[in-house]
Amino acid sequence: MEQSDAELIAAVLKGETASFEPLVARYSPRVFATARRYARRESEVEDIVQEVWSKAYQKLASFRGEAPFEHWLMRLAVRTCYDFLRSHQRSRETTFSELSEPESDWLDRYVNDPGSASEDAAAARELLERVLSQMSPAARLVITLLEIEERSVKDIAKLTGWSVPLVKVRAFRARAEMRKRLAKIAKEKYL
Amino acid sequence: MNLENLRAKLISAARNSASDERVPYAFEKRVMAHVAQNPVVDLFSLWGSALWKGAAACALITVVSVALSVWGFQSADNDEDAFETVVLAGADQLTQTW
Repeated sequence: MEQSDAELIAAVLKGETASFEPLVARYSPRVFATARRYARRESEVEDIVQEVWSKAYQKLASFRGEAPFEHWLMRLAVRTCYDFLRSHQRSRETTFSELSEPESDWLDRYVNDPGSASEDAAAARELLERVLSQMSPAARLVITLLEIEERSVKDIAKLTGWSVPLVKVRAFRARAEMRKRLAKIAKEKYL
Repeated sequence: MNLENLRAKLISAARNSASDERVPYAFEKRVMAHVAQNPVVDLFSLWGSALWKGAAACALITVVSVALSVWGFQSADNDEDAFETVVLAGADQLTQTW
């Protein structure tokens, strides 16, 4: 019979390190999915996930069991991803000439007929990734959590450790920053 | 160009893409190897064991002090007499002079 999270955690805290492995196997898919939203290279994704598990193991004694283990782990994962974004912050701005051909074509289609540009297109996702990678770490984090993952402001406050008003302010600024980045690309291409 | 509409379209594209939950082969083994190199340091248990050691040391000191005071009390009677003789010797001589 499969052991519960609480049983496995209690065993690890008693010194049975091997009991940590089933927890890693159980929750790694969720942690990988989260890390892939913030890092592109697979080596970076793996480093982030390893860091999350390393922190989880070190801080396991502080898990009180009041909320599910997964929630506690996802808080660690989001904060580790934010640390990753801050340490890999890029200030370089994308110019239109740097867009790939599919991205440029998708943008053309959107300008000619906004309805015809498919939302499922890989080019749209690549263009979004390009824009997000130019944004500040806090802006990227809040756009990802609030708009892509569609989490509530309260939920984001819990995940990030920010206050509810701070999440709202950062969301407002992030949307403005994103529009500014898109405007820069559009201006170069069409004006 | 409506930038807010474009922004919403791009966000929608990201929402429509399924999250990638692939885990590399034997990744949990890699994590366990890393974890084994950095064992958990439980500060509460460290603090608890230090408290027990401190309590044991205090109990030992108390037992030794009690033992010494009992043993010392029994052998102190003779010393007290000798001390009193020495201190009062001068006073005895003074009385004889008058």
